[in-house]
Amino acid sequence: MLLGSDAASPVFSWNLLSDFQEMWSYAFMVNAFRAGLVVAVVCGVVGWFMVLRRQTFAGHTLSVAAFPGAALSVLAGFSLSLGYFGFCIAAALVIAGLQRRGQGSGAEESAVTGTVQAFVLACGFLFITLYKGLLEGPEALLFGSFLGITTGQVVVLAAAGAVVLAVLAVMGRPLLFASIDPEVATGRGVPVRLLSTVFLVLLGAATAEASQITGTLLVFALMVIPAATAQQLTARPGLSLLLSVLLGLAACWCGLIAAYYQPYPLGFFVTGFAFAGYVLAHLVRIAREALGRRPRGPLAIGGAA
Amino acid sequence: MSVNPTEEVRSEETRAVSEGTGSTPVAPPPSAGGEPVLALHGAAVRVGGRTLWSGVDLTVGAGEFTAVLGPNGVGKSTLIKVLLGVLPAAAGEVRVLGGAPGARNSAVGYLPQRRSFDASVRIRGVDVVRLGLDGDRWGIPVPGLGRAKRRAARERVEAVIELVGASAYAHRPIGQCSGGEQQRLLIAQALIRRPQVLLLDEPLDSLDLPNQSAVAALLGRICHQEQVAVVMVAHDVNPILHHLDRVVYIAEGGAVSGTPAEVITSDTLTRLYRTPVEVLRTSDGRLVVVGQPEAPALHNDRHDHGTEGSRAAGI
Repeated sequence: MLLGSDAASPVFSWNLLSDFQEMWSYAFMVNAFRAGLVVAVVCGVVGWFMVLRRQTFAGHTLSVAAFPGAALSVLAGFSLSLGYFGFCIAAALVIAGLQRRGQGSGAEESAVTGTVQAFVLACGFLFITLYKGLLEGPEALLFGSFLGITTGQVVVLAAAGAVVLAVLAVMGRPLLFASIDPEVATGRGVPVRLLSTVFLVLLGAATAEASQITGTLLVFALMVIPAATAQQLTARPGLSLLLSVLLGLAACWCGLIAAYYQPYPLGFFVTGFAFAGYVLAHLVRIAREALGRRPRGPLAIGGAA
Repeated sequence: MSVNPTEEVRSEETRAVSEGTGSTPVAPPPSAGGEPVLALHGAAVRVGGRTLWSGVDLTVGAGEFTAVLGPNGVGKSTLIKVLLGVLPAAAGEVRVLGGAPGARNSAVGYLPQRRSFDASVRIRGVDVVRLGLDGDRWGIPVPGLGRAKRRAARERVEAVIELVGASAYAHRPIGQCSGGEQQRLLIAQALIRRPQVLLLDEPLDSLDLPNQSAVAALLGRICHQEQVAVVMVAHDVNPILHHLDRVVYIAEGGAVSGTPAEVITSDTLTRLYRTPVEVLRTSDGRLVVVGQPEAPALHNDRHDHGTEGSRAAGI
């Protein structure tokens, strides 16, 4: 977003009302804010579960899969959204399918995920080479472009986001149980394996959404950072989930505003704000633990028993 | 039966530990009239074509505390899995709460072998306990609906946390609780649906000695006061000895069950292992089993931090 290089570059006036009126007089900015809202909410929720389940690497691989998806859609001339969603969800199913045989152990999972990641990156490279020329370069795919978001794309984003959130609402509680305590959850009849597969597909859909805004490399600005920040601040699941959404939304919209007035890329602003929030939350937590630390006596023998 | 050490042990240690169980006399098995909670007759199990144990007879009534003992690798945890209905019994009859294993799992509490939450897990203990109550339910609660139900759930969580004595740290992230604190919260989670049977797989493993006896006392109290039948796989009998009503001793191939006084003796264990085994009693009332055949893996190296007594016991 390089609007600032215009001769008549807009200036931030601290009068927020008039600033927003000015920004929202451009249809592309309105779409950008709408898309940011959808993506921040979906990524805040899905990312929260991803951080809790320690599937950050899987999330990263799925976001990388958005790159060949986008490249292929440009090459073959079909809709960009289809390319993003198709590739991310396919990659999620491949990871889930390969993992199934490996009994889902941590080391096995990361090896499978890494293998898939290498292959999808290679596919992306191939598609870009095949396209030759007219593609504006892989930069837009890797780092995102907010300007190009059309109303149609916003509708697709909102619909996909609503489906993801609805599925997550239905399976949220068992998923939380399966994430924290898989053995006991299995004993209680929770289909842990099935939930894991469905969650990977949702993760694929969410990364596909986020990729369209932040690009495939900076997806984590909205997937990981808000969730990790929220989990630093509180251990209450409901509050932490809400914070994750709000922090993601704040980072996204502040990034948009900053990028509108400054001649630097949007991806940097979104990530920068989110990162600043994370560092602050970390400091707050350290300070709180330092203040709240008081000598704890040893557990009384049988005292409470 | 040459000696009968456990009766003395019981009276000695209840005085020494001086907590809840002292006031509760260990009731005789109340299974005489009603259906026993657990009943195994000639049960056997095969895993991968190998018979782990066979001929296990065991009857457990409500409010009885049973320990499953034996060297590692003989299939103690497998017995728990059979009772949960996860593994089928290869022979004999197994009944849990009057039905087939697994049929009434909603009334069975299960604590798997040592899980621990590392420091980065940012979920409160109270949330982990709550998941035991309704973590397997789908959908989200509709705001405004079922307020009474939600209050009842919250009160149940509080009551069970109070029962295990975890109120002081239940609102801290569980990753920041000590091993003993986490184990108490996990016991609360297993108890939250008021099970009639509580199956525990080495719950004292990797706890320090004071916590071992505190958690053992807690389980004894839950068992005898709340009338929950407790079946516990144990590595070392000593921390739980004076709470026990029944012991199952598993060896390669066979098993014996009965009261601790009947089973943990030189005679019985010698017959079970077909090699001379001696049961010694130390001056502080601990039992030491000497000469028990080692399982393929060294099984008592996990107790390096224990005292000499528990090291030598290696049960």
